[in-house]
Amino acid sequence: MSMRRVAVVGAGMTRFVRRAMETPKELAWHAARMALDSCGLTLNDVGGVCIGSAPDAFDGVHMKGEYLSDGSGAWGKPVMRSYVGGGTGVFLGPHGWYHVASGLFDVVLVVAEEKMSSFYPHAQAAFLTIFDHTTERPLEPNLLWIFALEMNRYMQAYGISKRDIAQVAVKNKRNAADHPCAMLGEANITVEDVLNSEVLAWPVQRLDVSPVSDGAVAIVMAAEGVAERITDRPVWVQGVGWNLDTAYWTNRDLAYPEYVERAARMAYDMAGVREPRKEIHIVEPYDPFDYKELHHLEGLLLADRGKAPELTAQGVTARNGAMPVCPSGGLLGVGNPITAAGLMKVAELFWQLRGEAGARQVPGTPERGLAQAWGDLMQVGTVTILGTQRPA
Amino acid sequence: MTQRIASYPGTALSEEDIEQGRVLSVHDRLRADYAWDAGLAVGLYLDGLKAGVILGVRCTRCERTVVPPRAFCEQCFAPMDAFVPLSDVGTVNTFSLCYVTWDVKRIAEPLIPAVIDLDGTSPPAGIMHLMGGVAPDRVHIGMRVRAVWKPERARQGAITDIRYFKPLRRG
Repeated sequence: MSMRRVAVVGAGMTRFVRRAMETPKELAWHAARMALDSCGLTLNDVGGVCIGSAPDAFDGVHMKGEYLSDGSGAWGKPVMRSYVGGGTGVFLGPHGWYHVASGLFDVVLVVAEEKMSSFYPHAQAAFLTIFDHTTERPLEPNLLWIFALEMNRYMQAYGISKRDIAQVAVKNKRNAADHPCAMLGEANITVEDVLNSEVLAWPVQRLDVSPVSDGAVAIVMAAEGVAERITDRPVWVQGVGWNLDTAYWTNRDLAYPEYVERAARMAYDMAGVREPRKEIHIVEPYDPFDYKELHHLEGLLLADRGKAPELTAQGVTARNGAMPVCPSGGLLGVGNPITAAGLMKVAELFWQLRGEAGARQVPGTPERGLAQAWGDLMQVGTVTILGTQRPA
Repeated sequence: MTQRIASYPGTALSEEDIEQGRVLSVHDRLRADYAWDAGLAVGLYLDGLKAGVILGVRCTRCERTVVPPRAFCEQCFAPMDAFVPLSDVGTVNTFSLCYVTWDVKRIAEPLIPAVIDLDGTSPPAGIMHLMGGVAPDRVHIGMRVRAVWKPERARQGAITDIRYFKPLRRG
């Protein structure tokens, strides 16, 4: 491929909070400014801007990308918004990458913002419009349904218990206790707490699901030759992948996310990863629900089908385990401002691979990490692989 | 995040801050009415429902039968126009017991959404609908169920012409 190599050179992040006083533009500006400051750049150095944000329905502002552009540092610049639902945050990896890899820009600012609390009283109601207007919406579906239906199918297919799954929520919320931007870090949470929490849509209980939150994350991406002048520790984009399954979500094997596997294979091929279980040292899979981390580890080929719960039980996925998963605390612990939460996973890899993650730092010297997100009617898979080694 | 940054912006407000007007907020009511065409395939599906028949469609190239019907096969991109009546009996593929409405109001008796694989389709090819006429703790994956229809005169050509699916009596 005659593409240029691309590195992440800076990152910034606001606290993830419930009902932020700051406007979406203000949140975006904080994160974007912090990302530029972190690598000593100014807007003058930025060629183009990549914005990610989820449905306009949350904010009640149509064409949210245009609205957000000021806060995202896009005044007078080429700017493009991408939106693939919950997959958007990690799709910003490929989005930013091809802007630079193509040769179009030397430096891009990549900004993800989500303010879910504007939709009153609860963002959940905005999701009604995700369903088909004629064949599904008259049943007044709740977004929780599709997760509950998928989780139940996953449990049934492999004989997985609620207790097996609750361990993921415990691990991630405990990890998040070390994250200064986290909304729901809890160092002492137990499996019993999760199993005793309110039943929302069985098998989904309150502590199985990430909270509604507001926040923003930004990264700076730069081309080879430029990146090395900005920092002596660029973190390279080694692979990207994305995939869309059909919107006929009920016409699908709900126990296995095929679209995640397809996205992962695309990214592994590009990164030259042949044995992902050995070659991926940190994983930040999408965990808006605890079973989703497991489901996604299997789709990413990092666990055998139905066997991801065993990795959690054995401590393999703990921060100090053989394959740390969501050392950040994930969406379950840090919070879930949808698109920002996805880009948070990419930023986490950047900090971890540079050894800057503080109390969250995974042991050893990890060289390669994978971030993954998923969204819409359980149909989007997005993957970004970062590493310390410059791609060949 | 990174240990090199000392302070993090992002200021949380409480529910009370908004409800008691301690911060300025604006409540807006959107007026957004839509007129949707059902389209060719779903139009026939709705006509079928009004007549008490669930229509699927067969891709003669992939040899799969799916529901809801569509005008083209998303997999092989061929036209899909072999409409076939399906049984209104099927199998629960998965289900949930949901204690919150779509707009997050708590309810005491759960709604029971399910994905139901109808007989005559090529699995996986379920539809989403609701279960009824059954105690929530009796529902299980693999349960055989049948559609309970609205009376013919009350049907409108809508997915709600099926009130719910209930367990198929054994024997």
